[in-house]
Amino acid sequence: MFASAAGVLFDGFAFGMLLFLLSVGLSVTLGMMNFVNLAHCSFAMVGGYVTVSLVNRFGWPFLATLPAAFLAAGLVSIVLERTLYRRLYRASDLDQCLFTIGIVFISVAAYAWFYGTVVQSTPMPGYLKGSVHAFGMSFAAYRVFLVVMGLAVGALLIFLLETTRFGAQVRAAVDNQRMARGLGIDVDRAFMITFALGGGLAGLGGALAIEIVGLDHAFALNYLVYVLIVVAVGGLGSIGGSFAAAVVLGISDMAGKYYFPWLGAFLIYLVMVALLIWKPAGLFGKR
Amino acid sequence: MASASVFFRQQARIRPLEIAFWLATLLPFVLTPSYLSLASQIAITALFALSLDLILGYAGIVSLGHAAYFGCGAYAAGLLSKHYIGEPLTGLVVAGVAAGLLGYATSHVIVRFRHLALIMLTLGFGLLLAEAANSAHDLTGGADGLQGVRISPLLGFKFDLYGRTAYAYSLAVLFLVFLVARRVIHSPFGLALRGIRENALRMPAIGAPSLAHLRKVYTIAAVMAGMAGALLTQTTSTVSLEVLSFGRSADVLVILILGGAGRLYGGIVGAIIYMVARDQVSGMNPQYWYFWIGLLLVAVVMFLPNGILGGLSALHKKPQ
Repeated sequence: MFASAAGVLFDGFAFGMLLFLLSVGLSVTLGMMNFVNLAHCSFAMVGGYVTVSLVNRFGWPFLATLPAAFLAAGLVSIVLERTLYRRLYRASDLDQCLFTIGIVFISVAAYAWFYGTVVQSTPMPGYLKGSVHAFGMSFAAYRVFLVVMGLAVGALLIFLLETTRFGAQVRAAVDNQRMARGLGIDVDRAFMITFALGGGLAGLGGALAIEIVGLDHAFALNYLVYVLIVVAVGGLGSIGGSFAAAVVLGISDMAGKYYFPWLGAFLIYLVMVALLIWKPAGLFGKR
Repeated sequence: MASASVFFRQQARIRPLEIAFWLATLLPFVLTPSYLSLASQIAITALFALSLDLILGYAGIVSLGHAAYFGCGAYAAGLLSKHYIGEPLTGLVVAGVAAGLLGYATSHVIVRFRHLALIMLTLGFGLLLAEAANSAHDLTGGADGLQGVRISPLLGFKFDLYGRTAYAYSLAVLFLVFLVARRVIHSPFGLALRGIRENALRMPAIGAPSLAHLRKVYTIAAVMAGMAGALLTQTTSTVSLEVLSFGRSADVLVILILGGAGRLYGGIVGAIIYMVARDQVSGMNPQYWYFWIGLLLVAVVMFLPNGILGGLSALHKKPQ
């Protein structure tokens, strides 16, 4: 019983890391520009499909495709941000919502057109298969890898945000955009870079998600809710909040699937609604 | 005071175009008798969009989970006909009451939120209800849909294969509910709602009971959505989980935005265009259908912010 509980905890934690990678970019950009980007998971799909294509068609090693997935998704988000998104920063929530849902629909259809509707998978290299033994238990090697990646990215982001000049600009823009502009910070440029970084991280998350949850054309819709829950519960613009929310969500989702499978996703939604009613600005949100 | 009542009377004046429009809704009976089933689907969708228009277009409550009330009404009507009586008008009332109660209960939470939290909450309530219906397999039939819905004839008219009764019934309900919605919108209460939409802080400051107004309109809209759901159950004799799905909430939002929100007729015009277009390309894979919907959404937000009706009225005003 103890071993299985620990296993669920670990699997949930690994799933949480995945959710963290997928959603951290959205949290920061939402905090900065108040732009409701429901198409964030479409960027994750860019990364996922780049990895699938590179591994399956061109025979790249899996690890080498991860930077490619990051770059491709980041590039796509920069292009979209420069051409379309920036026109809507002052639009209403509803317009932003509709516009980005439109992007989701388009991307879902486009992937279905190019890749079909089957669930994609990639062969994993040998060292990510099998399991690792420690503390008298065995952990799936890939999940260990995922946890390491999540922790590393989280640490890197916190380092970037807390210690660098760019990070200070981003924090200033999240706290008070007008004041930051008044101080001469180029908020648009900071936002563009953050947006690209967030999109790239989502792409990385999409690539890493293939092994855990599979990748199909509807990924952008199916995981949108998870990502939004992480953002809304964690609080806008807070990396620590996203991390905590992602871990809680990942573990409760896993635990729900193991112990109460008949409830389905009911538990998750219930927790989300209750948390939002209790703390509308999220657990760690300032606003 | 006199000027206020003159203002409301002017607002509520029935224009000739409106009379022509409602007369034109009778045309399918003679022109396209083989498409009456589609016409009744359009009327039901229009009713659903009209209900969303009340809260979104007039009160400014963005909802991504409006299908919750539609589905609640659909299941209420279905369960009533399965276990108790199949009389459609009773079912319509019961469904409206059930959805209204659900709407009133949730409105206490919904109206206190704005922005992202509101979007997430409406989405969350919608998903919660869909999951609950899926889990409660014994009651709702789960993914297999509700079996054994039996609808008795409406005032002696059977629901036939051609959809003649279905369309007459749906259209009549749409028209009556539309009249009620029109009356609500052109009342001082409706004006207060628009005030809240335009400035949520100023309305309470000038003494309007903002939250109570919002709760009221949310409940009214839920009743209307529930009646639309009941119509769908009764005219098709089935209920599936799809009535509660996120897709249905998104579709009705697209329909309303396409037609033009906050204009009463926007939802109806949007429903006609959307449903006819979908019927025309029904052979198309739904995935590709959503490609066009997505493109349409992007285009409407970018170029036609007030929908088709908004664009038309702008064109109409320009030459003057």
